[in-house]
Amino acid sequence: MSDALLTVENLSKSYQGVKAVQGVSLAVAPGELLAMIGPNGAGKSSCFNMLNGQIKPDTGRIRICGKDTTGLSPERISRLGVGRTFQVAETFLSMTVRENVQLAIQSARHGTLSLQSFFGNLGRKSAAEADDILDLIGLLGEAGRSCRELPYGDIKRLELAIALAGDPKLLLMDEPAAGMATRERMLLMRLTSRIAKERQLAVLFTEHDMDIVFEHADRIIVLNRGQVIAEGPPVDVRMNADVQAVYLGSGALYKQEH
Amino acid sequence: MDLYVVQFLTGLANAASLFLVASGLSLIFGVTRIVNFAHGAFYMLGAYIAYSLTVRWQTPLGFWAALLVASAAVAVVGVIIETLLLRRIYNAPELLQLLATFGITLIAEDAVRLIWGPEDLVGPRAAGLSGAVSILGNAMPIYDFVLILLGPLVFGLLWLLLHRSRWGLLVRAATQDRDMVNALGVNQKWLFTGVFALGVFLAAFGGGLQIPRDAVTHFMDLSIITEVFVIVVIGGLGSIGGAFLAAIIVSQLNAFGILILPGISLVLMFAVMAVVLVLRPWGLLGKQVVRSRIAALPDVGAWKPFDRTGRLAVSLAVFLAVLLPFLLGDYGISVASEVMIAIIFAISLQFLMSVGGLDSFGHAANLGLGAYGAALCVQYFGMSMELAMLTGPLIAAAFAVVAGWFCVRLSNIYFAMLTLAYAQILWSIVFQWVDLTGGDNGIVGVWPSEWAASPNAYYWLTTACAVGVVLAIRYLTFSPFGYSLRALRDSPMRSATIGISQRHIQHVAFVISAFFAGLAGVLFAFQKGSIFPDALGISTSVDGLIMVLLGGFNTVSGSVVGAVVYKVSSIWLMSNTDFPRLILGSVIVVLVVLFPQGIVGTSQRLLETWRTRRRLGEANVGAPAQKGGVA
Amino acid sequence: MLEVAKLNSWYGPAHILFDVNLNVMAGEVVALLGRNGAGKSTTMKSIIGLVNRREGRLVFRNDEISNLAPFEISRKGLGYVPEDRRIFTELTVEENLEVGRQPAREGGNAWTPDRIYTLFPNLAEMRKRPAGRMSGGEQQMLTIGRTLMGNPYLVLLDEPSEGIAPKIVEQMAEAIILLKREGVSVLLSEQNLHFARLISDRCYILEKGITQFSGTVAELDSRPDLRETYLAL
Repeated sequence: MSDALLTVENLSKSYQGVKAVQGVSLAVAPGELLAMIGPNGAGKSSCFNMLNGQIKPDTGRIRICGKDTTGLSPERISRLGVGRTFQVAETFLSMTVRENVQLAIQSARHGTLSLQSFFGNLGRKSAAEADDILDLIGLLGEAGRSCRELPYGDIKRLELAIALAGDPKLLLMDEPAAGMATRERMLLMRLTSRIAKERQLAVLFTEHDMDIVFEHADRIIVLNRGQVIAEGPPVDVRMNADVQAVYLGSGALYKQEH
Repeated sequence: MDLYVVQFLTGLANAASLFLVASGLSLIFGVTRIVNFAHGAFYMLGAYIAYSLTVRWQTPLGFWAALLVASAAVAVVGVIIETLLLRRIYNAPELLQLLATFGITLIAEDAVRLIWGPEDLVGPRAAGLSGAVSILGNAMPIYDFVLILLGPLVFGLLWLLLHRSRWGLLVRAATQDRDMVNALGVNQKWLFTGVFALGVFLAAFGGGLQIPRDAVTHFMDLSIITEVFVIVVIGGLGSIGGAFLAAIIVSQLNAFGILILPGISLVLMFAVMAVVLVLRPWGLLGKQVVRSRIAALPDVGAWKPFDRTGRLAVSLAVFLAVLLPFLLGDYGISVASEVMIAIIFAISLQFLMSVGGLDSFGHAANLGLGAYGAALCVQYFGMSMELAMLTGPLIAAAFAVVAGWFCVRLSNIYFAMLTLAYAQILWSIVFQWVDLTGGDNGIVGVWPSEWAASPNAYYWLTTACAVGVVLAIRYLTFSPFGYSLRALRDSPMRSATIGISQRHIQHVAFVISAFFAGLAGVLFAFQKGSIFPDALGISTSVDGLIMVLLGGFNTVSGSVVGAVVYKVSSIWLMSNTDFPRLILGSVIVVLVVLFPQGIVGTSQRLLETWRTRRRLGEANVGAPAQKGGVA
Repeated sequence: MLEVAKLNSWYGPAHILFDVNLNVMAGEVVALLGRNGAGKSTTMKSIIGLVNRREGRLVFRNDEISNLAPFEISRKGLGYVPEDRRIFTELTVEENLEVGRQPAREGGNAWTPDRIYTLFPNLAEMRKRPAGRMSGGEQQMLTIGRTLMGNPYLVLLDEPSEGIAPKIVEQMAEAIILLKREGVSVLLSEQNLHFARLISDRCYILEKGITQFSGTVAELDSRPDLRETYLAL
């Protein structure tokens, strides 16, 4: 896949002799949602943290938009157009909803140590753009509220808004549905896929909720003990005997195909 | 060669006492997550009580009995403090815990002066161990050999206790997750009390052990606590093995440093600590401290710049401040100038603490650098006050560029300890480099320019500076830079993923804060006409912390109010009591326990509650307000 | 076994639970359902005493427990397994179990590490391993085993399936069924209705801190309106 937005080749990482990730390769195209699933400890988080720059891989190459990002810091990687959400949402609790987004826009556009970042009140900068993003996410009504007062579902959505504020080309979402009610989960994922298609974003996400994975992922990649054991469209993956053995089980815990 | 062997052995003997105190501190930190500043005070108390007993019981058995009884007595004091005070603040932010235990230290210092008097006391040699043996032609006290053996012995016993007993297992489990241990049927209150008692016992025992070697003084608490902080940081907070290793390293540095250059040992020790912290941020044998599940103080909502009413109130306050010379006499006005200087110092610290979440315990370094920088320029280059007002802060900022590089690599308690170390290094340099700084005699003859020489003119100068600095810092707080700094405090992970570079932003904030504190230092030196090393001492740093705390460390500029209240009342206290530390210490403790939000923080909360109630009243809502997001 | 009446609780100033009522009979597995933020975990924490403020009547085996500290409640035979597992990562599997150990209950068959290893064979292979080096599923087993070592009559299981591979969740379900056979009662909070249906006798639906439904799983299945409104399925 030469037109892929994200390509990962032969990524490996060990901790004190334990191989967390071994030779993982993958690619995500613009507008595509790729789900990464697998048992706990399969290496999903390590993979994510390497893509994001939080840890450095032992071997392998990561390319984002054709640029080699292997071993760059999270700040640098974010500047190359990578947005990220966390399993437990991370937002700035002491600020208002709008300020959260404004800061992300400001940072993406001007950096945080440019001369102009010392002048003027952030509250007056790029307010209109921030409101556009909040509107898209459905949080405009809460723009002036303190982030601390929001229910968790809204905080998860705000996190997506912050990730989108930097106008990313690639979105990394670590268990986007964790901690949300079933309906909220579906709404959030529907919104994510709509935005991904409209803006031609590449999305890589991990998830344990198979209902979400099977409904929203264009492709699925399955990890076990740090290695890729299956890859393909949802239909193929759910029928794959290996995947059933290590991960999916008998199927009592997610919706069956009708 | 012989000399080196003797120095090495002396170093090992010194390590024993340090290890006892440090292991106690580490143990307490591990379980309760409290960095017990009062540990030095317990060490001191142990020494004093053991002194009184050893003087009476001068037999071989009596000496050791005295040590044990004294340590047990201090442990009882520790238990009382733990149950009455610490239990109330286990869930408070670290800063408050450090301050509260510092308050206890102050109380203990004055208590010791009350009971034993201000003179140094020299205790008897350990009965039966007062002889010496010849090592390669040098006399080594037998007592030192006992100490060399005692260190590993205590280490071994502690290890057995922690790894081979159920109590030890529960302690290790509680070190990780105390609430969970509680939910599994273990009475954690008594577990905490037990650990605290053991830690205090070890500290007091360490104090008693020093009697045959050193005089007992009422300032031995601060000197040991600095050393012990360095040891636990090098070894790793919470690690007993780390404390053992680091105690030996530090003692050897002391023993051999003295051969190279007297007085260099302190600098050497801090240099090692800085290097260790940069290479291994959690110490040699320490593990990353997972932020414990603390209930942070409730916030007062998102910060906002002043609205019209706020601006009007501030203008009015400034107007009244400008008129003050027409109301007060010369003495009153010089106090008012001091208050203005305190405001600059406090707000510069608040920027770092409240906006940046960086609790500096060494802010005195910046004030002292500004003051000494200016004073030296005046003394050696005959610089004018106007120029010195610029060079002083620049010198403080320049030093902060270097120190900040190290400090911003750390967070939380480690940041606090490294900044404390930074200030202490500077203090010891200033104190010992007599040729340049005049040492204890300070630098005198630092007078303001003629136009600012009258108390009123100088007051207006300080007022102008204070107003300017407070406005500048408020402006910065609401600039994109200020938001980035706050973002790093709120969520480092989220910040990184939107491109905010933690080290760069915090480094710049560190330097800005130092610059303004340096200005406070310059104004301080010119007001007094002189400058002495205690401007760089721990107590100056703590003054700053108390002012921020008093004002409200969850506010943008509450420390302005804190500085006014604190400065006025402490000046009044100093002139009206013989035991200011006793009173100051008690005030700190009471503040932390009853008033953790500070004056401005508390009034904001009250205002908020009142507004909410009024709003609810208008809307006539009967049901309690509901907050979602909690499962 | 457990009777909760008019339970109210708070996080700081926020009132979370409003007059929650529920009970668990001896030998029953009861599921507490509801979407995230409905107050399920808070109910669990309130029962064991890990919230700052709670009011209401909590009776466990004829003892009033609403004014007791967590360790006192635990010693009465009420075990708690938190949703985020909270195992002691630095301690070994064996040591984790030992921390949870309490004296045998009168007439009861005390849990020993060996019995835990029979229940969760995976753990037997890693007795000396630091718990931090185990997978999420294994940690979930350990945290249940650790609570069982306190010989509880009733176990509060908070979201045992959250964040765990479906295959491990199936094993968990088997273990819970086994426990029930041993006579241990279970109150579990769950978002996964499939999982709850596999193992529970009765269920409650909690929404916005208020009990909205109580009945058997079969009764719930016949009420799609409830599932639609409160579980958002």
